Parts: sequence; structure tokens; C-alpha cells
Amino acid sequence: MELFTPDFGLVFWMFVAFILLFLVLAKWGWPVIIKQMEHRAKTIDKGVEDARQAKEQLDNARSEADRYMKEAQGRQQEMLREAERMKTEIIEAARQEAAKAAQREMDAAKASIEQSRKEAESQIRNEVGKFSLEIAERMMRTSMKSDKAQTALVNKLLDEIEKN
Amino acid sequence: MLKRINVIMLMLALLTAGFAQAAPANPAARHYDNEEKEKPMDVKEIIFEHLGDGYGWEVPFSHVYRMPLPVIVRAQDGQWFSFSSGDLTEVIVVKDEETGKEKKELIPVVKTCERNGKQYQFVIAHTSKHKDKVVEIEPLTAQEQAEIDKQLADKRAGSDVDEGMPVIDGYVCVEDASVKENGHLHDKGTYYKEYRPLDISITKNVLALFISALLVTAMVMGLVRYYKRCGLRAPRKGMGFFEMLVSFVYYDNLKPVLGDKAAKFAPYLLTAFFFILTMNLLGLIVVFPGGANLTGNIAITLVLALCTFVITNVLGTKHYWKEIFWPDVPIWLKCPLPIMQVIEIFGIFTKPAALCVRLFANMMGGHMIVITLTLLIFIFAGFGAALAGGTAVVSVLFSVFMLALDVLVSFIQAYVFTLLSALFIAMGQAKEEHGKELDKEDELLRKEAAEIDHMEGREVGSI
Repeated sequence: MELFTPDFGLVFWMFVAFILLFLVLAKWGWPVIIKQMEHRAKTIDKGVEDARQAKEQLDNARSEADRYMKEAQGRQQEMLREAERMKTEIIEAARQEAAKAAQREMDAAKASIEQSRKEAESQIRNEVGKFSLEIAERMMRTSMKSDKAQTALVNKLLDEIEKN
Repeated sequence: MLKRINVIMLMLALLTAGFAQAAPANPAARHYDNEEKEKPMDVKEIIFEHLGDGYGWEVPFSHVYRMPLPVIVRAQDGQWFSFSSGDLTEVIVVKDEETGKEKKELIPVVKTCERNGKQYQFVIAHTSKHKDKVVEIEPLTAQEQAEIDKQLADKRAGSDVDEGMPVIDGYVCVEDASVKENGHLHDKGTYYKEYRPLDISITKNVLALFISALLVTAMVMGLVRYYKRCGLRAPRKGMGFFEMLVSFVYYDNLKPVLGDKAAKFAPYLLTAFFFILTMNLLGLIVVFPGGANLTGNIAITLVLALCTFVITNVLGTKHYWKEIFWPDVPIWLKCPLPIMQVIEIFGIFTKPAALCVRLFANMMGGHMIVITLTLLIFIFAGFGAALAGGTAVVSVLFSVFMLALDVLVSFIQAYVFTLLSALFIAMGQAKEEHGKELDKEDELLRKEAAEIDHMEGREVGSI
């Protein structure tokens, strides 16, 4: 029976075909395929790992950003509060300054008024003195033509001064 | 999807029903029936003709015409001859005397070659020990003729019926073509002395072998080309399926068994897997380029098993040989009487032999069942229309089922061959390691073997 007894021709050609096929595929076929599959598997693994890391980084960055945001908001609030405080302070200071300046102004005005009054008084006094002397002179000249009158007058004047 | 299945089922039913009705009405079939009564159909011969090799390849759907293939033979005196297989056969028209129906028949003819003034004659033997093989023939001398005549007379006297020309060892009977044309087959012929030449013809199986090898090369190189073109992009569709198979065999089977040696032995094992798978599947296709029963032929599986045998033993490590000649067993098992050594050495040969026979028997069995189921139709054709019709329907359904199962078996057998080869090679690569590592490896091997046994059992059960 041919099926059970190997035929030489078929064995020979099978050997040739199989060895040739093996040599061709072992040289140019399988190593390339296996290398490529391994390479791809590695690339995919690396891609997954990279994606995971990227996501992690993104998550980190997001929380970081949130943190900065919150911090900034807090700082902003603080700054606003500070500004408010400064504003009131400045206004207060200005007001006080203004009050002080007004006071000073008023004091100066008062002083100058006093001064003027004093000057005016002394001037008037001088004027009055001058006028009095002139009047006195003239009166003297007229009424002091006699000695008696002169003496009477001097007395009278002295009295007056004494009264004053 | 469901609709399509329905259509297919309907077509199948119509086909079988039509065939069942046509069978008795067909005059050719009736003629066949008549012949049936005289001479029962030789089922065995038909099966082995379909499973066997041939010098030409049947033209699809024709029983007589063959695609000629080159015949390469080395004659008795060392001369090489090459000629077309078409020169060895001839189609003649046989007229049936009863029905007057003409029938075409393929008969062998003698091919005569001349070289250096000497004549060489070749013929495809029919009535001979080398049935269906090319033999070189020489005319008988007078003395030999007398001897043959005596033997013939003895044989004919022994049996009451004239059985035609008997097979005589060392001789071939070439039937007379002119006798055949009268409708009597194989009744008269001339005996010649035969010599079976060294025959490396490109037969049907050899051509199928080349086609399978080219297909595998095309698949692998296609994938390699794809990689070169598309870089890291994963292949789609057919290429994707092929790559999936490669990664299934390599990562799921070879890597766990062979470990870091996987890359070294993968080219052989992957080549074996895809070559066997392609041959198995091509064998299931009825017409050219399929139809050759390659893996169901022991020559093919023998070479494959031999390759595994050579790789296992030539590349075997020192430890592997130590395990054979001085295994780790109680001393009385190996010292005065080399019991273990004998068993181990026997094992070296039985393992590849099992590989060889497993693949061969599984594939041949599958083909044989399908052919037998189909033949049932013709066997029952003689018993009336109803029975023939019923048989046709049942046979076709069973054949389709068996073919579907054979697709599965094709894959499983290629897989089993590869996995077992990997296991044997892994055993040959065993390293000097004691304790855990070795136990683990052993356990792995045992588990794999149990799995295969289980699978085989299931397969047999389903058949």
C-alpha cells in the first residue's frame, strides 16, 4: 500500500521543498516578523506607560494650577483688604493733616491779626501821641502865653496823667 | 446572516434531492448499476486511488483527463529520462455492448525512449506489485515466458472464476488497448519483466508540495513586505489573521515551552506549523490546486518527524544525553541490566514516530471518512430510488459536517505537531539544573501532554 510505505520520490522532494522553505523563511521571514512583533509590543507598552505618565503629569499640573489659583486668589483678597485699609488710613491721615494745616493756618491768621492789631494799636498810640503833642503844642502856644496859665495847665495835665 | 444560511440549506436540499431523482433516471447510472451486478464496486481501490499519488493531476470535474506533469526516472543502467506524464496515458472511448453508450476511459500506454541505440520502455504498472507506479519493462525471454505461462495455468486452475490477469512478482502485465475497445477490461495482456526505476517525478503530490511551499512563502513574505512598507502599523484582515496565528504559535506555545531558546527554534517550528496547516487545508479542497492528500501520506509526515528527530538529538545538550544513559533513578534500574537506558533509547525513536503517525493517521482518516460517505451514495444506488435518495441526502450532510470537522482537525494537527516538536526539542535542551526549575519544567511538559491527550480524546469522540 503506497500510503503506508514512503515513496522515495516524494520523500526526496519533500526534503528539498521543506529544507528550501525553511532556509528561505529562517533567513528572510520569521526573524523579521518576530522582531517586528516584539518591537511593536514594546512600542505599545511604552506608549501606554507614556500615556499613563503624561496623564499623571497632567493631573499633577492641574492640581498645581489649582493650588496656584487658590493661592493667587487668597493673595488678591489680602491685597484688596490691604488696599482698603491703606485707603482709609491715607484718607484719615490726609484728613488729620488737613485739620492740622487748617489749625496752623488759623493760628497763623490769629497771630497775624494779633500782630496787626498790636501794630495798629501802637501806631494809633503813636499817632494819637503825636496828635496829642501837636494839639498840646498848639494849645500851649495859644494858652500859655501867660505863666499862670502855663502852670495851671501843667498841673491839670499832670492830674490827668495821674488819673490815667 | 440567518437568511444566507437558509438559502444555503435550501440549495443543498435541492441539490441532493435533484441528484437523488436523477440517479436512477440517468442511463449512465443504470449502466453503472448493470455493471454493479456483474462486478461489485471496488470501494477500497477507489478510496486509495483518491488518497494516493498520481503522475498527472486530474482536470477539475473530469475523471479521465489529466494535467501532464514531468516524469523523471533513472533506468536500470543509470540513464536518466524525463518526459511528460501525458505520454504514459491515453484516453480511449469504450463502447458498452448492451446499452451502446460510449464511455471515455484512461489507459496506460508504453513510452519508448531511445538513447545510444538502446531502447528503454516505461509504463505505468497496473497488474503488478508496483501498482500505479512507472516501471521500466523488458520483453520476456522464451524461458521466462514458459515460466509465466506455467504460473498462470496454476493460478487459474486454483480458482473457479477467471479473474483476469494475476499479479506475478517481478513481472508486470500490460493490458492490451485493442482488447479494451471491445468492452472487456483487463482480460488480456502481455507480461514483461519489470524494474522499478529510481523515480523522482514531479507527481501530483510533489506539485502540491511546491504549491504549499510557495503559498507559505507568499504569506510570510507578504507580511514582511507589509512591515517594510507600513512600519509599526498593525496589519489588517488576512495579514492580521496570519500575524495572529504567528503570535499565537510563538507567544502562547513556543515561548512558554522553550523559554529563551524560543527565538532559536522558532523558524523551524513556525515553518513546520504553517507548512502543515497549508497542506492540510489544501488537501480539503477537492479540485486543483488542492485535492492532493499530502499530510495523509506517510512520506511527508516522515520527513517532518525526521527533522524534529534530527534537531532534538543533534542539538541535544550534554544533560539530555546524560538523562538517557544515566538517568536519575535507583541504581538497580540502570546498572547491571540497562533497563532505563533501553527504555530511553527506545523513547528517542518512538517520540518522532508518534509525531509522524499521528499527523498521517488523523489526516488520512478524515479524508477516508469523507470519501466513504460519498461512496455510500453509489453503493446504495443499486437498491432503489428511495434508498439512494435518502442516502444521498444523509451522506452529503455528513460529508459537509466531516469536512467542517476536518478544517478544525487540520488546524489542531498542525498545532499538535508543532507543540509536541517544541516539547521534544525543549527536552533536548534541558540544562543541568536540579530541584525546583527542573520540576517546574517537568510539570509543564506533563500538563501540555495531558492537554493534548484530552484534545485528541475529544476529537476522536466527536468523530
